[in-house]
Amino acid sequence: MLELFNHQFIQYAFIAGTLISIICAIVGYFVVLRSQAFAAESLSCVGFTGATGAAVFGLSSLVGTFFFTISVALGFGVFGKRIRDRDIEVGMVLSFALGLGVLFLKLYTSNATEAVGILFGSILSVTTNDLYLSLFTEAVAFIVLVIIFRPLLFASIDPEVAEARGVPITLLGIIFMVLVGITIAEAILVVGVLLVFALLIAPAATAQHMSNRPVTGIIISVVLGLLFTWGGMLLGLFFHVPVSFFIASLAALAYLVTVPLHHFITPHFYNPQPHQDNEI
Amino acid sequence: MFDVLQYSFIQNAFIASFFVAIIAAIVGYFLLIRGLTFAGHALSHIGFAGAAGAVLLGVDPVVGLLVFTIIAGIGIGMLGRVLKERDVTIGIFLTLALALGILFLFLYKGYAEQAYSILFGTILGISALNVIITALFSIVTFGILLFLFRPLLFSSFDPEVAEARGVPIKVLSVLFLVLVAITVSMSVQVVGVLLIFTLLVGPAATSMRLVKNPYLAIGVAIILGILYSWVGIFIAAQTNLPVSFFIATLSFGTYLFVRLVEPSVYRIQKYNA
Amino acid sequence: MQKLVIDLQQVQLTLGNRTILNDITISIYEGEFIAILGPNGAGKSTLLKLLLGLYKSTSGKIQILGKSPRKGNNEIGYAPQHRTLEADLALRARDVVGFGLDGNKWGISLPNNHRNNAINNALKEVDMLYLADMPVGKLSGGEQQRLLIAQALLTNPRILLLDEPLSNLDIAHAQAIVTLVTKIARSRNITVLLVTHDINPLLSSVDRVLYMANTHSAIGKPEEVITSKQLSQLYDSPIEVITTKGRIFVIGEEI
Repeated sequence: MLELFNHQFIQYAFIAGTLISIICAIVGYFVVLRSQAFAAESLSCVGFTGATGAAVFGLSSLVGTFFFTISVALGFGVFGKRIRDRDIEVGMVLSFALGLGVLFLKLYTSNATEAVGILFGSILSVTTNDLYLSLFTEAVAFIVLVIIFRPLLFASIDPEVAEARGVPITLLGIIFMVLVGITIAEAILVVGVLLVFALLIAPAATAQHMSNRPVTGIIISVVLGLLFTWGGMLLGLFFHVPVSFFIASLAALAYLVTVPLHHFITPHFYNPQPHQDNEI
Repeated sequence: MFDVLQYSFIQNAFIASFFVAIIAAIVGYFLLIRGLTFAGHALSHIGFAGAAGAVLLGVDPVVGLLVFTIIAGIGIGMLGRVLKERDVTIGIFLTLALALGILFLFLYKGYAEQAYSILFGTILGISALNVIITALFSIVTFGILLFLFRPLLFSSFDPEVAEARGVPIKVLSVLFLVLVAITVSMSVQVVGVLLIFTLLVGPAATSMRLVKNPYLAIGVAIILGILYSWVGIFIAAQTNLPVSFFIATLSFGTYLFVRLVEPSVYRIQKYNA
Repeated sequence: MQKLVIDLQQVQLTLGNRTILNDITISIYEGEFIAILGPNGAGKSTLLKLLLGLYKSTSGKIQILGKSPRKGNNEIGYAPQHRTLEADLALRARDVVGFGLDGNKWGISLPNNHRNNAINNALKEVDMLYLADMPVGKLSGGEQQRLLIAQALLTNPRILLLDEPLSNLDIAHAQAIVTLVTKIARSRNITVLLVTHDINPLLSSVDRVLYMANTHSAIGKPEEVITSKQLSQLYDSPIEVITTKGRIFVIGEEI
């Protein structure tokens, strides 16, 4: 098994995978804290359009993805609150973005294998250029995160008080969204557009159920993220099945086992009114 | 250019999409009124796993779609409103469904092609048998929707009063979600799993902004759905570009247009009243 | 002798492990206008739902118009508190009122004069005819509440149950609703049960007050029931009632 690591593509995969899952775990923690999972999901759909669009223009799909996700993330950051409540509108925009993506796909290639890489992840085919680009952007993202960590945490947990204390919450919101955009573009590389949720949200959401303290939570999130990524990659290589399947499944199952179970075992403190309407 | 209409595969596409547009419009209207658009999204993802599983078993993907979505639909209906607030849990469930779908498809040799067609639609390749299946399911769904129309509308607006008036709201919810499941399964053939919104929600969301009479709103939605589908198929046949792209663009474009124009329409109405 | 329309005898309701109602005995007569008061969670809405057949009592006997409560009883009209609706809902005022007529019947409503007239009359009665074709999402809270009342009246009920129709309405609108309900109740000789938080807008209209707290209830004329002594007894904790300038204030309720 260990001879696998002699191959460059495996080395690249593990390096990129490790770093990406770390950044995902940290950024993901804040995404869950700020209840912005929907925005994240939207950005990953946009990532699809970016990736396929890039291919049409002859750019590396990673570059295209970055360009699109960061632009849309900026949009989300600036238009912020107004978007959150209108999920039908966002859904429509996303569908259009995906539709464009399909068009680009058709224009770029008549076979569907490229699409598969974008949709389901291509961590095992990371090129040297992509690796350097990833490393660079992750380093930048990490530095920015460290700088804004405390005010971001404050603004995420208690925006009103933070604002009163002089924290620039709107600016932070925009910076954070851009960070999310970058992170998602990276995550797409590992698990593809469809399974981003598992890498970005699952470790963080699970961690938040295990600990209320931010730093502990983030550490748990990172540990989980690494576990799922490495585990997923090893399993994928061993069984010759797409890596993204294992990463996503491990992450998802870990969450589903921990969280709903937690709800069943611990008593609810909130006692719902007897006549709560229970209809869908 | 119109000689394209001679080909049977185009005719099949027109017929199938006609039926699908009708039930998608009606179901979409109710999804919007009941605030359940997320269920449509969820069912389509779950359907992906079902379709992929069916492909793996050598069975028609539509069968897999129907089986998985109907079971999931019943589950969602029975779990009730509890589900609506738990975005993260739902999102992760859906991701798991997608991951499963990927696994199934991978295990089947030609998986890229199949994945593509399930995700983005394959109406131009629809078989005559599937057209008949689509028509049958659509007619039955339409009939049931017609029968359930009033109590469904009533319970969507005010479940408490409806229940007090004897409407069996729980049974209706579950039944409705089964109909959503069937509609989603049929719609996936036209636009695929990822673009389900464009046919399911788009037309109804657009018509609701223009027209406030429920019957008229549904009528307009049906017409829009058929229009998007037929025009989309037609242009796709000419240009050899994906059908779902054109449907998505038409759906989104019209919605955007109406959205921008609507506030002024309302102002005129109020002025006249 | 006044006719008994609602009769509860030693009714108890337990949901899960919470007892909501304990030993409730109430008699209500035809044509009475009763305000139901009490803190949140006291079971006011629950009582209405018991009468509507939406809940079953754990023990005790309930009779409405001589029969057990059941769903789909057209003799009872029910209007819950209006909710904030999506502005884009494709439903007009007349559609919502129309539910009261045939919303529970299968199939679709074919347009016919009889139906339209009934709806128009109901709209006229609540003074909403001029807004009949407006989308409900664009109506104000007070206007939506009127619609719900109109809807409840369409089956010519003998009893009208209104669940917090005045909450979230400003004083002027709340008063308008009270005036409307009183007018309708008197003209049709309907028995009205109206759940509310503040008795003051209703003081000149109600016949009796039903106070619910601490799983128990007390019923009687406002000046008899809403006293420091009565309420302290009901709540099993000190409550003070202050009457000044024709208005009643209850202090110490929400602890």
